[in-house]
Amino acid sequence: MLSKVSAAGAAPVDLNGPGHYVHWGVIQVSVANLVVVGIMVAVFILALVLPFPKGRGRK
Amino acid sequence: MTSHSPHAPHAEPDPYSFGSRPYDLVKEFTIALVAVLALTFALAAVFSSPDEKPMTIASWAKADPGDFTATALAELDGSSGTASYGPPYNTAADGQKLGPLALAKAAGVTHPIDAAQAFVLGPLAAAPQDPAVTSALSTYNAASADQQAKWTGAYSDALTKANDDPAKVTASDAFGPVPVLLGQLLQQAQTGSLDGALLSEGGFYQTDYTLPLLFLADGSDLAAQADAQHLSGDQWGMMNETGNFPGQAWLWLYTFWYQISPFNSSDNADALVWGTMAVLSLVFVFVPFIPGLRSIPRLVPVYRLIWRQHYRELQQ
Amino acid sequence: MSEHVIAPPPTPEPSPVAGATDGELTGGWTGAVRRGAVRALPPDKLLPDTQPKYVASWIYVFGVLTLAAFLVVLGSGAVLALKGPAWWHGSAVGHYFNSLHLWSVELFMAFMVIHLWGKFFMAAWRGRRALTWITGAVSFLGSVGTAFTGYLVQQNFDSQWISTQAKDGLNSVGIGAYFNVTDFGQMLMWHIVLLPAVVGLIVVLHILMVRRRGVVPPIALRSAPAEPAERETATEEEAAR
Repeated sequence: MLSKVSAAGAAPVDLNGPGHYVHWGVIQVSVANLVVVGIMVAVFILALVLPFPKGRGRK
Repeated sequence: MTSHSPHAPHAEPDPYSFGSRPYDLVKEFTIALVAVLALTFALAAVFSSPDEKPMTIASWAKADPGDFTATALAELDGSSGTASYGPPYNTAADGQKLGPLALAKAAGVTHPIDAAQAFVLGPLAAAPQDPAVTSALSTYNAASADQQAKWTGAYSDALTKANDDPAKVTASDAFGPVPVLLGQLLQQAQTGSLDGALLSEGGFYQTDYTLPLLFLADGSDLAAQADAQHLSGDQWGMMNETGNFPGQAWLWLYTFWYQISPFNSSDNADALVWGTMAVLSLVFVFVPFIPGLRSIPRLVPVYRLIWRQHYRELQQ
Repeated sequence: MSEHVIAPPPTPEPSPVAGATDGELTGGWTGAVRRGAVRALPPDKLLPDTQPKYVASWIYVFGVLTLAAFLVVLGSGAVLALKGPAWWHGSAVGHYFNSLHLWSVELFMAFMVIHLWGKFFMAAWRGRRALTWITGAVSFLGSVGTAFTGYLVQQNFDSQWISTQAKDGLNSVGIGAYFNVTDFGQMLMWHIVLLPAVVGLIVVLHILMVRRRGVVPPIALRSAPAEPAERETATEEEAAR
């Protein structure tokens, strides 16, 4: 695992390089941030709707 | 159901009045820790982290001698960002106001910087120089403020006409010793000695990078590089990171205000945004006491989803 | 109805103070602190092995996930501290630990915000839990500040830009006169000493308060539309404590 990170920018998914941005009126968001927030909202919704196992000690 | 009365100081029922089940707190914590560790190891291995090399005064002076010279001239004649900043660096301006409150001025000049001395005349005087430079320095220092302003003003006009290229400016007595001084400073900068000189300020140990950073920020190249990376204020830059890395999405509201009026055209924009965010932060902290705001959970019934099992059992 | 009945505090161990009798308060300040701590958080409240039945949603795991992420942030930060702030620029292992620190922070902030969304929609400040909300909110703001100082001490282009920009905001309200974001040494010490200590303390208080009050009960369902008299019930009364 560590051998993959032999130098800066040598990661399997290289996020260096020109950033991608989304423009919507006065709003400008990076695709990266949009993905993060999108995942957060999705996880929040899933946490609300996914059934919770009954009768187990899990919180 | 709930045993509350309008006058009970704490009318919520005891958490255990609806029954309980066994629960392993330590086991849950351990599972969470292992899960987060695994996720972190994976994300770090797959995506790594950004590390854009810093700009040095040397690299700036070598890549853009014109911008360097124009910036050094601005430090000398008092028109640079730092020279005209005001508190906490000097009294050239009053600083921003938040309505009637002149907070910056009240805090005072706690990190005094004489721009001409700190960025130009000091570094030149501290280095061993050719007789031509030494005499140019004493000529400049001995002249009156008016005479200095005449020289810098004339050179500034000429430099602007020559598109900031000092090589294209024809020599003239009107500039006095200024071109010699700035030319020598450029050479010192390109060798890297200015980076060290501004940081150490004649001493040895130092951890305060204020002078080299302010000098870089007074030029255009640092800002140009930031703009290319979408980090500028009018690009919601505060939220962003270089490249395609996620940045600080949690700063969205702080940077939002800078994009809209009246903030985006105000001289006191920073103070206004800080004031706005301070108020909103207090509102956030004291939500439980704010009528209307604290009622939103009942009005937007996400709670019915969260506790649907409980409500179902109660009805049975 | 108040907290569940607990057994009286255990009788103090035989004290070297001769003449101490049952019921007499012994042990001076130490004894008083001990009795107060045990009264506020008896062991089975501090580390319970049961939970209320209504804790039955995945939204409840985000508190502990936030805590776990916080510990990974501290741990990865501690490793970075071992070799100093410049290590990660020249070492692949160092760079990996920097990446661990960055991504654990992203996870920490994400889990914390999801936890916040859940707690807001649960109106979790009800039932004398306003201070739990307040410490949580202050932890959030403190974390944002701590992350900010972290970005400042990376010692790369990002730090150069962030410091020279942020100084304007802070200077405009006078804070910059005392908190100099272009002073690397000062920012590093705030980031690795002062802020983690303060934020850490507030997080500990937050968690102890959750243990003390217990998980907030569900919002009471109203069988009829809210009437003016009903508005004086749990939700509104609580906030006033």
